[in-house]
Amino acid sequence: MAKDYEIVIGMEAHAQLLTKSKMFCGCSAAYAQAPPNSLVCPICLGLPGSLPVVNQKALQQTIMVGLALGCKIRIDPQQIKWDRKNYHYPDLPKGYQISQYDLPIAYGGEIKIALGGEERRIRIRRVHLEEDTAKLLHADRATLIDFNRSGVPLIEVVTEPDIRSPQEAKAYVEKLRQILRYLGVSSGNMEEGSLRLEANISLRPAGSAELGTRTEIKNLNSFRAVEKALAYEVERQRKILEAGGKIQQQTMGWDEAKGVTVLQRTKEYAQDYRYFPEPDLPPLLLNKEWVEEIKSHLPELPEALKRRFIKEYGLTAYDAEILTQEPEVAEAFEEYVAAYPQNPKAVGDRIARSIFPVLKESEDSLAEIKRRLPPWVLGGIIAAKEQGKVTTSTADELAARSARGEIAAADVKALEAVFAQYQRIGTSDSLLPVIEKVLAENPKPVADYLKGKDTVLRFFIGQVAKETKGQADPNLVKELLVRKLEDIRQGGTNQ
Amino acid sequence: MELHALTVHEARELLRKREITAVELTQAILERTSLIDGKIKSYLNLAPEAALEQAGQADALLNSGSRAPLLGIPVAIKDVISARGLPTTCGSRILKGYQPPYDSTAVTRLREAGAIILGKTNTDEFAMGSSTENSQYFTTHNPWDTSRVPGGSSGGSAAAVAAGEASFALGSDTGGSVRQPAALCGVVGLRPTYGRISRYGLVAYASSLDQIGPITKDVTDAALVLSVIAGHDPQDSTSLVGPAPDYTRALIPEVRGMRIGLPQEYFASGMDREVESRVREAISLLESLGAKVEEVSLPHTRYSLPTYYLIAPSEASANLARYDGVKYGYSADGKDAWQLIRRTRGQGFGPEVKRRIMLGTYALSAGYYDAYYLQAQKVRTLIKQDFDRALEKFDVLVAPTSPEAAFPIGEKKKDPLEMYMADIFVLAQPLAGIPAISIPCGFAGELPVGMQIMGRPGDEEKILQVAYTYEQASEWHKMRPPV
Repeated sequence: MAKDYEIVIGMEAHAQLLTKSKMFCGCSAAYAQAPPNSLVCPICLGLPGSLPVVNQKALQQTIMVGLALGCKIRIDPQQIKWDRKNYHYPDLPKGYQISQYDLPIAYGGEIKIALGGEERRIRIRRVHLEEDTAKLLHADRATLIDFNRSGVPLIEVVTEPDIRSPQEAKAYVEKLRQILRYLGVSSGNMEEGSLRLEANISLRPAGSAELGTRTEIKNLNSFRAVEKALAYEVERQRKILEAGGKIQQQTMGWDEAKGVTVLQRTKEYAQDYRYFPEPDLPPLLLNKEWVEEIKSHLPELPEALKRRFIKEYGLTAYDAEILTQEPEVAEAFEEYVAAYPQNPKAVGDRIARSIFPVLKESEDSLAEIKRRLPPWVLGGIIAAKEQGKVTTSTADELAARSARGEIAAADVKALEAVFAQYQRIGTSDSLLPVIEKVLAENPKPVADYLKGKDTVLRFFIGQVAKETKGQADPNLVKELLVRKLEDIRQGGTNQ
Repeated sequence: MELHALTVHEARELLRKREITAVELTQAILERTSLIDGKIKSYLNLAPEAALEQAGQADALLNSGSRAPLLGIPVAIKDVISARGLPTTCGSRILKGYQPPYDSTAVTRLREAGAIILGKTNTDEFAMGSSTENSQYFTTHNPWDTSRVPGGSSGGSAAAVAAGEASFALGSDTGGSVRQPAALCGVVGLRPTYGRISRYGLVAYASSLDQIGPITKDVTDAALVLSVIAGHDPQDSTSLVGPAPDYTRALIPEVRGMRIGLPQEYFASGMDREVESRVREAISLLESLGAKVEEVSLPHTRYSLPTYYLIAPSEASANLARYDGVKYGYSADGKDAWQLIRRTRGQGFGPEVKRRIMLGTYALSAGYYDAYYLQAQKVRTLIKQDFDRALEKFDVLVAPTSPEAAFPIGEKKKDPLEMYMADIFVLAQPLAGIPAISIPCGFAGELPVGMQIMGRPGDEEKILQVAYTYEQASEWHKMRPPV
C-alpha cells in the first residue's frame, strides 16, 4: 500500500519594478517596446570604471512590498547592505549581479490565501532588491544581446517552505501577483517575464518533522505551469520514494510542451556565487520616518478592499472577491456604482456579465472598454432593465455590444429609447439647481477645492448622484461642477 | 628657460601674464617627449594633435582673460582612468582597442579647469604591480637611471612628470601606486583620503582601496591639482560629501609646535641604509624648524601585506570578471560562449593579474570566506585603529615611502613576493583610508629617495602643510633627472 507523503513547497518569485529609471543608472526601465540596446549607458553596460548609484524609487517600492506582505523592514540602526553575486554569463555585463545577500530590505512576513474555504498562511522569509540581466536572443547561428533589460530593478520574494500542495502554490502566486499589482509596483506580467517563478519541492512521510531532499524547478512562466509542474514533480518524487529510491538534489526545468520536468543541473555542479559586500555602495540606513510615511501612503490592498465592498455595497464575499481580483476592475466597479448607486449588486453582476467576457476574449484594455461603455450608459442599461423597460436579453445585448464597440445604427435607436428618461435630467437646466444645492450644503469641501484639493470632486459627483438617484450623466455633472466651482473661485455668480 | 621643466604654478603664472602661450608650452613638452620617450617609454598613447588643438583653445580663453585654474597646462593620464577620445587599455591586452565613450569625473574636472590632455601613461596591468614590468605593452624606465624601474603601478605618470613629458599627471593608488613611483622618480605623489576624489571612470582594481591621486613636481602643484579634482560626485556613492576646500590655503611654511610621530615599524631592519638616513635627515630638518618629533608604534603594521593581498585580490576577482570578450576589448574565438570566455581571459590577462584573480576567487569561496576575506576585514579594522590612536596624539606621521630606491629592471620580476615587499610601507594607508603624500627628500647615490607624510582622514591640509614647509627648506624638488 502506498505510503502517505506530505508535500513541502517553497516559492521564489522575481518581479520587475515599475520605476521610471533603472536600478543603478538613469536609463529608462521601460525596455519592452524600445529598439535593442537603445536604453543603455556605461553603468548598465558594465563598462570599465562605471559605478552604480541606488534608485531611491526602487527602494521605496521594495519597502511597499515588504510592508504589504507584513514584513519587518530593516530600519536604522539596522543596515541594509548590497552584495555582489559572482558568476559568468553573457547576459551579465559586469560578471556579477548587485543583489542583497544577508541583510535584505524586508523579512519575516506572510501572505494569507483561501483555498476550498480554508485560510492558509504562507510565511514570507525575505524580500530583497537586485538588478535584472540583459536579454539573450538566439538567432540562427549567433546569440544577440539586448542590454535594455540590464539593470532593471528586480525584487525577489522568498517564502518559507509552508506550501502543502500544487494548488496552494498556484493560489499563493496569484495572491502575490495581485498584491504587487495593487501596489502598482509591478505589472506582474508572466508572459513578458515581469514576474518569474521558481519552486523548491520535497516530500516527506506524513507526520515527519524532517525535510526531505528537495529539487528546484525553474521556467514556471504561468499560473498553470506552477500547478502542473509541481503536480508532475510530486508524482515523480513519490514514485522514486515508493520504489525505495532517493531523491537527488537537482535543478529541474519545466518543459511546458512535453509537460515534464527535465534535469538541468545536479548538486555537484551547484554554483558558488562567492557573495561579498559590494564595495561601490556603502550600507544604507533606512530612516524610520520615511518607512512610516511609505506605510501611511500604501494603497488599499485587496483584502481590505474586499471587506469594504462587502460592508459598503452589501456585496457577497464571492462577488467582492471577483470584483477585487484586479485593481483596475475594482476601480471600474466603483466608478460604475457611482453612476448607479441604487443597486451595487446589480452593477457588479452587470460587470461580470458584460465586461469580463470581453476582457477575456480580446486584447482590449479595461480603459478602452470603459470608454466604449461609460458608467452612465451602463447605469442606464441597468435602470432600464430594473424598471422593466427592456428585457434581460436586450440589456445583455446592449451592454455586450457597447463593451465590444459594436454599436450599430439600430442599437443607437434602442439606446436612445433606454435613455429617454435621462434626457430629463441630462441637461444643464435640470442639473444646475441640484449642483448649486450640493455646493451650498457643503462649504468645507468647497473651500478644500479652492485650496487646490481636486479630489473632492469625486465627493461632489457622489452627492449629485445621490440627489438625482444616479440618473444624471456623471461627465456632465463633473463639467458643470468644475464650471460652477471656478465661478466661485473668481467671485462671480454666473447664471 | 626650459618650458618642459616648469611646474604647474610657474607655467600658469607665465601663461596668465601671456609671456608664453599654451601652444608653446604644449609644443615644448611634445618635442621633449618625442626626443626622450624612446628611452623612458612613459606613454602608451600620446595624442599630439588633439593636445595642440586644446592648447589653441586654451590660448583663446587666456587671451579673453579666463582664469580657469589649470588653463593651458598639459597633463598625462594614467591608462586606468577613462578619457573620451583615447584608448583605455589598463596596460592589458584584454582591453586592447577599447575606447571609453565617456570621461571619468577627474578628467571632466581637469577639462573644465582648462587642462590639456596629452595622452595615457603606462601602468602595470590593471594597476597590479610596483615597477610597470607587469604592463603587457612595455616597461617604463626611470629617468634618473634608465636601467632601473620607475616604480609602479603609476610608473608611466611618475616618469613622465620627472622627465618633463607632462606638467603634471594623474595616477591611481590602491596599495601605494601613486606614492611609490613618485618616490622612485623624485617627484611628489599624493594619495588623498578614500572618497576625496571621485572614482567614477577609474577602472576598478580594488574598489574599497582605489583612489586617484596627482603626481606633480612640487607640493604647491599637488595642492593646486587636488583642489580641482577633489569634491563630492553624485556618480560615486563612496565619494565624501561636501565640496573640496582650496588646498593652496594649506601651503603655510610653518611646523612649529606640530607633533610628528615616527612609526617605529617603518624603520625596519633590512631596509636600505641610505634611504633610512635621508629620511631621518629630513625629519631632523623638520625638528629644527620647530616640530616635536617622537616615536610611535603601529603594532599591526606587519599584517598590512597579508591583509592587502586578501582584500585587494578578492575585490579584483569580481571587478575583472567583466572582461570576457563578449562586449569590448580583446575577444578570442570559441565554439561557444564558454570557450570564448575562457580563451579570452586565458590569453588576455597576464600572469600577475591571473595570480590575483585566483587568490581572490579562492579567498571568497564557500568554506574559505570566513578564514580569509572576513578575517582580513577584521585585521583591516585593527590597522585602521592603529592609525586612529596614533593620530590622536600626533598631527602627522612621517616615514620612508619605499624601503629602497629604484631597483634594476628585471631584479624582482621573477619573485612576486619580493615585488610585493617593495610596497611594504604604502599598503596600510589605503587599508585605513587615510591621506598620505610622498615628497623627495634626497638621494641614495644617484637615485631619489621619498619621504611619506600621513595624516588624519579628511585632513589633507595638514600633510600638505608639513610637506610644503619641508620643501621650502630644501632643494630636492628642484632637481631634474639627467635624461
